[in-house]
Amino acid sequence: MTALSGWGRWPRHETEVLSPETPARAAAIQATADGVIARGNGRAYGDAAVGERITVSTRGLDRMRSFDPATGRLTAEGGVLLADVIAAFLPRGFFPPVVPGTKFVSLGGMIASDVHGKNHHRAGGFGDHVEEMLIALPGGDVVACSPERNADLFDATVGGMGLTGTILEATFRLMPVQTGWLRRRTIVADDLDDAIDALAASARSTYSVAWIDCLARGEALGRSLIYTAEHATEDDLDEADGTIAPFPDLPKRGFAVPFDAPGGMINRASVGAFNAVYYRRGAARAGPPELVGWDPFFFPLDSIGDWNRIYGSRGFLQHQCVIPAATAHAALGTILERISSGGRPSFLAVLKQLGPGRGPLSFPMEGFTLALDMPVTDDVEGLLGDVDRVVREAGGRIYLAKDARQSRETFEAGYPRLDAFRDVRRALDPDGRIASRLSRRLGL
Amino acid sequence: MTDQKSLLVIGGTSDIGRAAALRYARAGRRILLASRDPDAARRNADDIAARAGVQVDVFRLDLLEIDSFEAFTDGLPLLPDTVLCVAGELGEQQRAQSETAHAVRIIRSNFEGPALVLGVFAERFAARGAGTLIGVSSVAGDRGRGSNYVYGAAKAGFSAFLSGLRNRLAAQGVRVVTVKPGFVRTRMTAGMKLPPLLTAEPEEVGEAIFAADEARKGDVVYVRRVWRSVMGVIGLIPEPVFKRLRL
Repeated sequence: MTALSGWGRWPRHETEVLSPETPARAAAIQATADGVIARGNGRAYGDAAVGERITVSTRGLDRMRSFDPATGRLTAEGGVLLADVIAAFLPRGFFPPVVPGTKFVSLGGMIASDVHGKNHHRAGGFGDHVEEMLIALPGGDVVACSPERNADLFDATVGGMGLTGTILEATFRLMPVQTGWLRRRTIVADDLDDAIDALAASARSTYSVAWIDCLARGEALGRSLIYTAEHATEDDLDEADGTIAPFPDLPKRGFAVPFDAPGGMINRASVGAFNAVYYRRGAARAGPPELVGWDPFFFPLDSIGDWNRIYGSRGFLQHQCVIPAATAHAALGTILERISSGGRPSFLAVLKQLGPGRGPLSFPMEGFTLALDMPVTDDVEGLLGDVDRVVREAGGRIYLAKDARQSRETFEAGYPRLDAFRDVRRALDPDGRIASRLSRRLGL
Repeated sequence: MTDQKSLLVIGGTSDIGRAAALRYARAGRRILLASRDPDAARRNADDIAARAGVQVDVFRLDLLEIDSFEAFTDGLPLLPDTVLCVAGELGEQQRAQSETAHAVRIIRSNFEGPALVLGVFAERFAARGAGTLIGVSSVAGDRGRGSNYVYGAAKAGFSAFLSGLRNRLAAQGVRVVTVKPGFVRTRMTAGMKLPPLLTAEPEEVGEAIFAADEARKGDVVYVRRVWRSVMGVIGLIPEPVFKRLRL
C-alpha cells in the first residue's frame, strides 16, 4: 500500500499501485480488479487518479505504435507523455493540435480530462482530435471506439476521468508547423471588463490567454496581461533574425524545487510582489509581436521541476471554473473580489475563453474559465465554498481534473449531461468496479 | 549498398537496448533488433520506427542456443556497422549457490552467449576490415563480491573476452568497446534502493553508447565517471580486508 495524491499533494489516500508493462497486462488487471482506476503521470491535481483500492499506473504503456508523416496521424499507447510526442515530432515539423499547461501529462490523462489549451475557442479540446481509442473495459474486454463506432463509449471516455476503463491506445492527428516558435503579442487590460473584452476580441487568434493580477483591487480589479499568439513561419524567423534555428533545442530539465517550502513562503506579500513585478515586466512589452519558444509559451511552469512543492507540505488546491459568457462579467468580478479581499494569495490566476465541450463530462462550455491556485490552509474551504456558490448561481461548472473538494450539489448543478454519462457507466460497469476517490466523493 | 549505417541490438527488449536503439535511430540509422521474444521486441521496433521514421526489423535469437549463431548472422539482411550486445540476466545469487542449473543459466546468458555471438561478428568484421562491437558488461565484474559473484564472474569473463578481442583486432579496423553502466533504473533493478548519484537512466546509457561509437574513441566506458573512481578504490582494498567487508 502507498499513500498517493494528485499533483496538488492533497488529499492523500492509501492505495495499492500496480504497474503493468504491456497493454495485455493492463487489460488483464481490469478483468479482475475492483475499486480500480488508471493513473497516467499523476498531473490531475485532486483525487481523480487515486483508486479506491487499486491504482494502475500506465507509465509502462509508453510505446508509440505508428506514425504517418503524410497525414500526421499518430497512434500511441496511453502512457506516452505529451513531452515525448513533442520531442519526437516537433523536429519533424509537427505539433499536437491541443496542449494543456504542462507537457508532463500522459495521452490517456489528456483524453480522460478532455484537456483544453489556449486555442480551445478555435480548436476544441484534445478529445475533439482523437480519431480512435482502444479501451480495456471492466471485465477485461478490449474494445475499439471512435466518433462513429461505439460512439457512446467514445464520448463518455472523452472527459470521463478514466471511469469507462483503461485507455490502452489512442490515435490522433498532429498538425504541421514550420517552426517551434510563436509570434506572441501582449495586450494590457486595466481591469476585468477590459480583459474579458480583449479575450473575446482576440477570438480569431490561434492562441489567447490572460494572466490576472489577483491582488489588484478596486478600480484595478482584474487587471491583466493578455497574450495572443500564432505559430511562427519560416518567413517570420527570417524577418526577425536570419540566424534563429527553426526548431529550438529541447529544454534540459532545469531548476527543481528540492524540498517543501516553509508554509509561510507563499503569503500575501510575496505573491503581491511577484505579481507586481510580472505585471510591470509584461506591460513594458506591450506592442509589436515578439518571438517566443514553444516551451516557455505553452509550459512556463515545466521549467521548474516539482513546482508543486513551493506551497509547502500541506499541499495546495487548484480551483478552475468556467462561467457562461452571459454571466461571466458579473460572476468573475465577484469571485476576484472575494479572492483579493480575503488576503488569500493566488500565485496563478489564468483567464481563458472556451468553446463548447464534447463528452457528457467534458469540462469546457462556451464561456470564460478562471484558474486559481492557493495553499491548503484551515480557512481555504470557506473561501472556495463561497466561490463555488457564485459558480453555481452563474450556471458554471468546476473542472474535475483540478478538483479535490467540490460538493455533489455543485457538481450535479454544473454537469447537466451527467445522466447520459451515468447510463453509459451503468451499462459498462454494473458492479461499479472502476472507482476513484473522485468518483466515490461525487457519486459518479 | 546504401550510405545508411545500421545497428544490430542483441537484447532488443531490454530498457538499455531500447534507449540505445532509439538514440541511433534519431541519428538516421537503420535498426535491427534481436531478441528471444520477437513479439515484445516488435513493440519496441514499432515505437522506434514511429518516433524516428527509420526502418526497424526484428529477428529471433536465443543466446542460450549457441549453435544458432552462424545461421542467425547469415540470415540478417546485411552485416551491420555496429553490433551492440545488452542481453543478460541478473538471476538470484542465493539460488545460484544451491541450484547449479540456475548458476549455469546466469553464466551462459551473461558470458557464454554474449561473448560467442560477438565472436561470430568479430570474424565477419575482421574480414570486412571494419565494424564496431559494443558489449554491455558490468562493474560487478570488476571484483567479485559476496552478494552477486556468479553474475559478477560471468561479467568478468565477458569483460576479459572483449578486452582480448579488442587487443587482437585493433590493427584490423575493428573496434571493440566495453560499457560498464553501473546502476541503471530499469525493469531489472525495479524495486531496488539505488543511490541517485551512482544511478543512470537508460537514456543516459544509450547516449553514452552512441557517443562512444560516434567519437571513434574510448575502449572501456563507464557511463557515470564516478564509477571509475568507485571501482578503482574497491580494486585497491587488500584482499585480507576485502574478504571481511559485507558487499
